[in-house]
Amino acid sequence: MIQTENLTKRFGDVLAVDDLSLTVDEGEVFGFLGPNGAGKTTTVRMLTCLIGPTSGSAVVNGHVVGRENTAIRRTVGILTETPGMYDSLSAEYNLELYARLYEVGDPKAAVEKYLRMLGLWERRAEDVGTFSKGMRQKLAIARALLHEPRILFLDEPTSALDPESALLIRDFVSGLRKQGRTIVLCTHNLDEADRLCDRIGVFKSRLLVVDTPARLRSQLFGRKVVFHLRGAAKPFVDSVRALPFSQEVRAVDNKLVLTLDDPEAHNPDLVRALVGVGADIQFVGELRRSLEDVYLQLVRSS
Amino acid sequence: MNKIQAIVRKEWAQVYRNRLVLLSIVFMPLLFTAIPLIILYTTRDMGSGTAGATEVPPQFAQICSADMVGAECFQYYMVSAFMLMFMMTPLIIPVNIAAFSIVGEKTTRSLEPLLATPITTVELLAAKNLAATIPAVLATWLGFGLFLVGALLITTSNRLVSALLNPMWLVAVLVVGPLLAILSVNFSMMVSSRVNDPRVAEQLSALVILPLLALFFGQISGFIVVNQRVVLLMAAVLLLLDSGLIWLAVRLFERETILTRWR
Repeated sequence: MIQTENLTKRFGDVLAVDDLSLTVDEGEVFGFLGPNGAGKTTTVRMLTCLIGPTSGSAVVNGHVVGRENTAIRRTVGILTETPGMYDSLSAEYNLELYARLYEVGDPKAAVEKYLRMLGLWERRAEDVGTFSKGMRQKLAIARALLHEPRILFLDEPTSALDPESALLIRDFVSGLRKQGRTIVLCTHNLDEADRLCDRIGVFKSRLLVVDTPARLRSQLFGRKVVFHLRGAAKPFVDSVRALPFSQEVRAVDNKLVLTLDDPEAHNPDLVRALVGVGADIQFVGELRRSLEDVYLQLVRSS
Repeated sequence: MNKIQAIVRKEWAQVYRNRLVLLSIVFMPLLFTAIPLIILYTTRDMGSGTAGATEVPPQFAQICSADMVGAECFQYYMVSAFMLMFMMTPLIIPVNIAAFSIVGEKTTRSLEPLLATPITTVELLAAKNLAATIPAVLATWLGFGLFLVGALLITTSNRLVSALLNPMWLVAVLVVGPLLAILSVNFSMMVSSRVNDPRVAEQLSALVILPLLALFFGQISGFIVVNQRVVLLMAAVLLLLDSGLIWLAVRLFERETILTRWR
C-alpha cells in the first residue's frame, strides 16, 4: 500500500528524513514513534504529497509520489497536527467544503454520515470556533474520512486531548482498523501505539527499527514469565535452571521470574517440573515490558 | 470548477462574518460615490454663467467640451478628479480580502489540510482571485451606477450629463476597474505568499494604490490630464501587468515553502 525506498528530505543543512525504506501493507496500522523533530511529520507530508522528497522514491496506493500527486491526494486522508478548521464557519459548512474539494459524489450525505458517527450532528450548525479541542479533533478526523480513503495518515490524533476525548478518538481509530483501512499513525503516546498498531517504526531522522510491539519487546528484553508461588521461590531456582530451555531465572520473594524464548511452548513443562518438586503455583503470567521501555532503549542507544 | 466554486463561496462566507472586511467593502464605494455627488450638489447653484472658470487649470480645458461654460467645466473637473479616487475602489477592496486569504489560512493552520486535497495550485489561486475580484468589481460598478443616477438627479446641465456619460468613464469603470482589481488581487496574493503576518500583507499590498494616487495628484496639480487616450493606455498597461502578475503569483506560490518555512 505504501512503499518507500531511500526516501530522504533535507531542509538546507538539516537532514530531516534520512534514507527511509519501508513498506506498509494493506489494512495495517503502522505507528511512527520518535522524539520531536525526528522527521515523522515530514515523512507524512512527503507521503501525502504536501512536500517533495530531496531524493529517493515513494509509492502510495500504486501512485508515484512527485509524479501522480493529485491521484495520491484523492486516495489518502490526512489528519494534520493541528485541526486547521475554519473557526468562523459551521461544522457542517467546513465538512461540506472539503467534501466538494475531495470530489465526493453526495457531499451532504457524506457530511451527515461522519457528523453522526462522531457525535457532532446536533452541533452541526455551530461555528467551529465554539468547539472544544476534542470536538475539533473529531471534526478533523471526519474531514479526513469524507472521501472514504483507503489510506489514512493520522498525525498526533490524541495530543492535547483530555483522557475521555482521547479514548473516544482511539476507539474510533480502532473501528477504522476493523474496516480494513491502512492507517499510518504518528504519535508520542506509546500506550496508544501499543494498543492500536500492528507494527511500529521507531524513528529518529532515520528508521531505527520496525516490528510488531510484541516482537520489539521480546527482541530487546526477551519474554519474561512470572510464577507466583505459595511461599518463598528461592528453593526452586536450581530445579528451574536445570531445564534446557530456561535462560535467566530470578527469585523475588514468592515470585520466580524466568526469561523464555517461547513461553507458550515451555510453560506447561515448567508447571509440571515445579509441581514435581513440590511448588504450590498460585498463578502464572507474562511480565510485559512497556513500549515506553522499548522506545527509550532504542532512542537512547541510537 | 466545483472546487473553485467551493473555495469562492467559503471565502465569501468568511468575509461575510468578518465585520471589518465587510465594512470596507461597503464603506469604500459608498464614500467614493458620495464625494463627487456632494461636489455636484454643492456646486449646482453656480449657474450656467462663467463663475468658476478662472479656477479651472488651463490644461483642463482640453477635456471639457467647447460648449461648456466655466461653471460646468469646473464641476466636470472636480468630478473627474474624484472619479480617479473612485477608481481606487477596485484596488482597495481586494487588498482586504486577498491579503488575508493566504496568510490568514496559514495563521489559522487551515492551509495544510487545504493543500492536502486534490485542488491544484492554479485552481486554488483562481478561486482566491475570483473571491477577491468579483466583490470589488461589483462594488465599483454598483457605486458608479449610483453615482450616475445621483448625478442625473442633481445636475440640471445637459452638457454636464452628457460629459459624465462620456465613453471614457464607461471604459474606465467597466474595463480599467476590473483590470485594477486583478492587479490588486495578484499583487496581494504575491505579497501574502511571502509574508507571515496578515497586517504586514495588508500594509504591503496597499502600496498598489500609489500609482493611482500619483495620477490623482497629477491631475489635481495640472501635470496630467486624464483623457480617453490616457484611459486606453492605462487599460493596455494594466492588461500586460495583470498577465505578468498572474504568472508571477502562480510561480511564487510554492506549497512546500509556504508549509515549511512559515512559522
